[in-house]
Amino acid sequence: MIYVTIILSAIFVNNILLSQFLGICPFMGVSKKIDTAIGMGGAVTFVMVLATIVTFLIQKYALEPFGIGYLQTITFILVIASLVQLVEIILKKVSPALYQALGVFLPLITTNCAILGVAILTIQKDFNLLESVVFAVSSAIGFALALVLFAGIREHLDLMNVPKGMKGTPIALVTAGILALAFMGFAGVV
Amino acid sequence: MQNLTKGFFKENAVFVLLLGLCPTLAVTSSAVNGLGMGLATTFVLIMSNMAISLIKDLIPDKVRIPSFIVVIASFVTIVDLSMSAYSPDLHAALGIFIPLIVVNCIVLGRAEAYASKNNVFNSLIDGLSIGLGFAFALTLLGSIRELLGAGAIFGINIPIFPVDQSNAPITMLMFILAPGGFIVLGYLIALINKIRNV
Repeated sequence: MIYVTIILSAIFVNNILLSQFLGICPFMGVSKKIDTAIGMGGAVTFVMVLATIVTFLIQKYALEPFGIGYLQTITFILVIASLVQLVEIILKKVSPALYQALGVFLPLITTNCAILGVAILTIQKDFNLLESVVFAVSSAIGFALALVLFAGIREHLDLMNVPKGMKGTPIALVTAGILALAFMGFAGVV
Repeated sequence: MQNLTKGFFKENAVFVLLLGLCPTLAVTSSAVNGLGMGLATTFVLIMSNMAISLIKDLIPDKVRIPSFIVVIASFVTIVDLSMSAYSPDLHAALGIFIPLIVVNCIVLGRAEAYASKNNVFNSLIDGLSIGLGFAFALTLLGSIRELLGAGAIFGINIPIFPVDQSNAPITMLMFILAPGGFIVLGYLIALINKIRNV
């Protein structure tokens, strides 16, 4: 039951983009086309799950036993940065097709605050390893869902007659606000 | 002088360059939170700009970005620990967004674009200018959201809303919740585009 709660809450109620504001930069940057949005969603899912597992193990078996929790920020960001590099190198060798699909998005992910955010949230919420993985997967699904939905809306927005001053980012932000309002309807589900 | 004022208008990180949107939207539910986050980021920006411009000749070009990130992360940790010691309320309100200053594109962006090419003094001024411009944007956004959503600015009541039977103002709560952040920022940027084009 606790897993169902974690999943529903991470995807809908506390959607990482629309209610936690993590990862807004790629949300605004790569949401102009549905294809790129799906690619970015896939890359984020992949890295987020891996990064959460690795940072969880580092926190539990390296930082906590030695009482150096204050190094958390530095360690996590370095681990994530090198993990992204590693994933890029391995993918290039093992699965060129997947690399083609996700390749361009991987370097962008290092500075995606959703990855570091979920890694820190997992520690703060005191999850065990399995709960952490479930939390990371559902957060990533929530991210991809919001990104793809928003990209779909933006493709239509391009064809609309928008007032001159509102063109581009302003109208995108207001649209995101309305989307966030819609997601607020899930509040109270869990 | 021009170096000092550029961060407020011409190169304002939030309104013009659209960098650092995550903390911008997340912590500006009140003016105090916006100001606190802005000042914390300013401190990190000034210190990391200075440190990076001091050591820029020692860092090999290939490991430039990871080295910058380590420098930035150290200053973020300093801010995180000092804030939890001296201002626990603000620390609790900003929460996860304090460690996330590390991945704020503004800080790494200035390190890469400015501090790694200029001397210490200019980098200090650059950090101060961009940082205060960011703090200004966050405080402005926080004030508007707090005014519309809670009928106050910096906690001081401003009676612009009608009151109900128990004398509490009937405010538009939506503006301090997530959707309000997006909408207020959208209209602010539209307004600034309008002013810049005139």
